[in-house]
Amino acid sequence: MQIAEKVTIASTFEEIRHHAELHWQQLWNSANPLVMVGTATCGRAAGALEVVQAIREEIEKHELVCPVIEVGCMGHCYAEPIVMISKPGHPPICYGRVNPVIAERLVKEFVLGDDPCLEFVLGALEENTLIPSFAEFPRAQYEKKIILKNCGQIDPTNIDHYIATGGYSALAKVLEMPPEEVIGEVKESGLRGRGGAGFLTGEKWKICRKALGRPKFVICNADEGDPGAFMDRVILESDPHSVIEGLIIAGYAVGARYGYIYCRAEKPLAAERAGIALHQAQKLNLLGRNILGSGFSFDIRLFRGAGAFVCGEETALIASLEGKPGIPYHRPPYPAIKGLKGKPTLVNNVKTLAYIRHIVKNGAKWFASIGTERSKGTAVFALAGKVVNTGLVEVPIGTSLRQVIFDVGSGIPKGKRFKAVQIGGPSGGCLPEFALDLPIDFDSLSDAGAMMGSGGMVVLDEDDCMVEMARYFLEFTQRESCGNCTFCRLGTKQMLEVLTDITKGRAKPEDIDTLQQLAQDIKTDSLCGLGRTAPNPVLTTLRYFKDEYEAHIKEKRCPALMCPDLTAYYIIPEKCERSCDACVGTCTVEAITSHPRKRYKIIDQEKCVKCGTCLNACPPEYHAVIKLSPPSEVPGKQ
Amino acid sequence: MTTVVVEKDTQVNQETKRILKRFARKRDNLIPILQEVQGRLGYLPREAMLEIANYLDVPEMDVYSVVTFYNQFRLNPPGRHSIRVCLGTACHMKGGYITLDAWKRRLGIGPGETTADREFDLDTVACVGCCTMAPVTVVDGKPEAKVEPTRVDGLLLSFGHESQKELKENHANS
Repeated sequence: MQIAEKVTIASTFEEIRHHAELHWQQLWNSANPLVMVGTATCGRAAGALEVVQAIREEIEKHELVCPVIEVGCMGHCYAEPIVMISKPGHPPICYGRVNPVIAERLVKEFVLGDDPCLEFVLGALEENTLIPSFAEFPRAQYEKKIILKNCGQIDPTNIDHYIATGGYSALAKVLEMPPEEVIGEVKESGLRGRGGAGFLTGEKWKICRKALGRPKFVICNADEGDPGAFMDRVILESDPHSVIEGLIIAGYAVGARYGYIYCRAEKPLAAERAGIALHQAQKLNLLGRNILGSGFSFDIRLFRGAGAFVCGEETALIASLEGKPGIPYHRPPYPAIKGLKGKPTLVNNVKTLAYIRHIVKNGAKWFASIGTERSKGTAVFALAGKVVNTGLVEVPIGTSLRQVIFDVGSGIPKGKRFKAVQIGGPSGGCLPEFALDLPIDFDSLSDAGAMMGSGGMVVLDEDDCMVEMARYFLEFTQRESCGNCTFCRLGTKQMLEVLTDITKGRAKPEDIDTLQQLAQDIKTDSLCGLGRTAPNPVLTTLRYFKDEYEAHIKEKRCPALMCPDLTAYYIIPEKCERSCDACVGTCTVEAITSHPRKRYKIIDQEKCVKCGTCLNACPPEYHAVIKLSPPSEVPGKQ
Repeated sequence: MTTVVVEKDTQVNQETKRILKRFARKRDNLIPILQEVQGRLGYLPREAMLEIANYLDVPEMDVYSVVTFYNQFRLNPPGRHSIRVCLGTACHMKGGYITLDAWKRRLGIGPGETTADREFDLDTVACVGCCTMAPVTVVDGKPEAKVEPTRVDGLLLSFGHESQKELKENHANS
């Protein structure tokens, strides 16, 4: 008697995996070289698409056999566009700040010839004797990549790459586990929501699983709206399947039938790549009816947001999905009990979902061993502003701000002094130097007036005005307030007016009290997180940089020389190299002229728009253009 | 007065109806429909909104309130080239507001406006997430890195060349 081989979830998946692995092996173990170019949005802004084109043309010209693959972002955004070349006999090498001309050279001299062009090298992907590898970089000892591991290493539009590097194996494992066990595992890992609030993910899943009502929904919140944050964008652009896998597992665990990915309108590439990934997962039956023969059916729909910051708040997001304006409603009941269409709805952040597959695969204990007592795992930060190594950073929770900014980020460029770090976006605050040694976790920064938030980190140096920073955020929250709560709608407007007055030198000393009063009222009388946290940037700057507020109000002076109304540009006649015309040529409004006899340059203060182009144009050896505050400091007759 | 507008814009109605056919008559589809229509027409004319309200059987005011709530939707026709100045935190601190000033000065319009010749429309965007490339301006959907006032002039110059090239090609063809 012949027994037919039993088709199980594991065997079905093994077949898919085997196929993907073959494809992957062909790519890497072939005798042909392989070129990868990072074409996430940051790479594209730096000109990555032009680099791809140049490489393709050059390869064609020399009739080489060499696949060119577009990958996501490695996190080393400061060095974009990045090209990686893997050639048999050499370690895989990364090149930074590549332009089409360098790209042509790389193809000609390395792919065709055998010179690895060491002058353009950023680092190697594997340890070797010739080129320092990324793992040997000083910053590597602080980093621990879990959810960023695949970013920039695989083609996000090719599901085989993801599966070959271990993808969807967690899903195959989960489908053979009872849902309660999955929830138990997530709960035990101590994973907390990465959207900012830090609620225990496993707990949320449990509540949603127990809630009555069908069908249930799970939503991936990819409405990353914090200005200065781009973690979710990079993950969706570079490794979309990791989020989808997490979402399917979440759906299975809570017993949902439908899922949504709510992607922000301003990040079109993330939505596009998520869409492609969904389509591919469907084709392999990792999504759709009867997934891998398990009996579990689950569909995901991609929903493009229409550009409203408040939709990052879960109840506003749900209203938006229902085709309404994104206005938050009162919680409880929480969406996990009563959400989309009145049914139990689980809303998780992109990063939270990206961790799930690693927890399932490596176990809750492994995850819980990383991080601090109350905050487990790693944290992803988007490092931007006045810092040398801008980009994405993943470190164990509990790493200090100093380590992130100075050891991983290599500190402040141009020898300037660190002033503050803005963390947590419009809901967070500006922390001064003393806070640098605080370990970053969900709870530690709240005493200092800020929060870890979703991970945006903007570093500020001595040239940044803290009052202007506060005004900027208030302008943002004022514009993005949905208008539902009076204090948020009108209070932010009032605060913005006061702050604008301060930056224009029109404020009165009592205005600081007005700001503090308004801040308290808005905090206590708003419904959602937007209003409740909107005054934070003002409160923290008032707390740590009150002297700057006072200088603006009392002396009509901007100590950081940033506020346009309180500063003026001036050319020091003694320093001006009279035969040089650099500033005259670059001035965008023709406000600079030569002195008729002595030929040093003079700025017409009436015409000057304070764009700062002349200051950048003036050769550093002369350093003749300076900023003065208040503008009355400019000598009357040059 | 309305009848005149409707008569003139039947093409809008036709385009809208063609798009509506692909969607179920469900309120959930309102935002995707609006996105699709705007993608096709460049903006949301009154006729299109009326058509959508009618199709979904929702009050016209509801469609209007959704359109005006979200930043993505626009009620006036765009220019041939779209200029979106990023005002995210990093861009702002690295002089995004100066870049915006430069665009305003060169184009002679403010955010949300279109030049008289319909060549350019200018707007701001909260953050495109290219913070490491600050200050960023998104020109015709492509993010451009480190756009300072001199780069504004450079980008406009390249448009000048482009339209001149097009003119020449048109001449050659005719």
